[in-house]
Amino acid sequence: MSKNVKTSLIWIFVGVMLALMYVPILILIIYSFTDAMALGVWGGFTFDLYKALFTDSAVLGALGNSLLLAFISALLATVLGTTAAVGIYYMKRKRKAVAQFVSNITMENAEIVTGVAFMMFFLLTNIQYGWPALIIAHTMITVPYVILSVTPRLSQINPNLYEAGLDLGASPIGSMVRVVIPQLIPGMISGFVMAFTLSLDDFIVSKFINGGVETIPIYLYNALAKRGPDPTLRALSSVLFIVVLAALISVNAVSASRKKKALKKAA
Amino acid sequence: MNNEVEVGVVAAEVPVPDNDAPKKPEKTKKLKIRGIKRTAFSMPYLALSIIFVVVPLLIMLYYAFTDLDGGFTFGNFGHFFSRPNIIKVMGRSFLIALITTVVCFILAYPLALALSSSTLNKKFVLVMLFILPMWINSLLRTYAVKIVLYMFDMTNAWVAVSIGMVYDFFPFMLLPLYSVLSGMDKNLIEASYDLGASPLKTLVKVKLPLSLPGIVSGVLMVFMPTVSTFAISDILGDSTTYMFGNIIDQWFATSGGWNIGSAYSFILLVLIAVTVFVANKITKGNAEVAVGGVL
Repeated sequence: MSKNVKTSLIWIFVGVMLALMYVPILILIIYSFTDAMALGVWGGFTFDLYKALFTDSAVLGALGNSLLLAFISALLATVLGTTAAVGIYYMKRKRKAVAQFVSNITMENAEIVTGVAFMMFFLLTNIQYGWPALIIAHTMITVPYVILSVTPRLSQINPNLYEAGLDLGASPIGSMVRVVIPQLIPGMISGFVMAFTLSLDDFIVSKFINGGVETIPIYLYNALAKRGPDPTLRALSSVLFIVVLAALISVNAVSASRKKKALKKAA
Repeated sequence: MNNEVEVGVVAAEVPVPDNDAPKKPEKTKKLKIRGIKRTAFSMPYLALSIIFVVVPLLIMLYYAFTDLDGGFTFGNFGHFFSRPNIIKVMGRSFLIALITTVVCFILAYPLALALSSSTLNKKFVLVMLFILPMWINSLLRTYAVKIVLYMFDMTNAWVAVSIGMVYDFFPFMLLPLYSVLSGMDKNLIEASYDLGASPLKTLVKVKLPLSLPGIVSGVLMVFMPTVSTFAISDILGDSTTYMFGNIIDQWFATSGGWNIGSAYSFILLVLIAVTVFVANKITKGNAEVAVGGVL
């Protein structure tokens, strides 16, 4: 087989796979511009679904809930996760292993098991389903990811600076806040973003403890599996697809250009 | 010499005896605080983890091993083995997960090979395009699949659910395979060709064995979520495509179902623990490392 044939075969294969991946999303977006009730029927071009979407109080409420919940829990998770990462990083072997095991539980466990365990726990401890339960649960399941993004930074900073802070008269907390934390900020930011995204995306755990509070994923599930999809869902999905893809591409573009700059500087 | 004397003098001259006594214990105390303090920063999170993660799992364990009146029993697990139709549901659920995993692998491995090959080398954007959907909510992707299936008039629940699962979990198989293949030492492959192996033989004898860590974590990341999902089968399937997750979901939705639901959750938990353990043994603790590569 000549090299050209091989190259074009590879390109065709990759192209087909890419098409399989994105055609469903494209079809969804195309059909968000027609207001036919049934799927796959073209009823003429219109923005009606989008107009309906942006006046739908249930959707807007769910969006507000999702963003607020993600913000609060990501903030809490960043604080807890950063302090935890520092503590765990300086632990001795055995304790470290135990602490890491504990923080790995929610990451490796099936989400449905985490969800039903929370459900039973909150009912038995009289913690209300809805906001209190959602905030606690989302914080707990996202902390491990903050730890994962802060820990690599810790290995890059000078461990003696904390001691230096103490020697110069700072209290342990003062030294932590004014000496250590500032150096961890890049890791904390990516941890926060990760926690925020995971919280926005979470459906399974929330499903068991939302107590009627609708987040976007809960709204989607109720619409898809229970109420039966109504056409505005196509507009909602299209908006979400575009927003998520645009956000991801810009984040990756920024970090890629930063890497390039760093490489240029190094060279 | 001079120095030493001086030091000695200073030490003797410092008007300390009074001052030194109270100072010393304070200093050792401060050191001790330092020693404890830094690790103590992890305490808030660890304490909360015990309360909100470990205790709920213990509650689940309690329910799994007690009956409705709170008496100890293995009956909740017996329930699983005594109902042939439930065993059938479970069998089908594992079959669907297996099909999904195998199909994902068959599609993802060649793609990972292509993406990491010299032809497409450094096409990072291309890799990103395949991985990005991972970050889009799985319900949204399932909805997109539903529309396409509807357009093609695909009403078979099994086919629909399998396609939905493959579509949803494909990036999770591709990512670890790609990171292990792109990180592979190209010299080993060159060496294989130099020693006269055909491309096929190189693939089977060199590339596949070397990509084992990626394969293991890919299989983990597809198989386990597939077994435990309930949303995809809710949206695309019917009662013949119930997954393990649907069964748990159902028990917790019915009153008095906590005990049996907990038993099923416990089985799932044990299954996951065993799989993770075995995977870590096979990859010597690198199962997760392979995943962390991109993004």
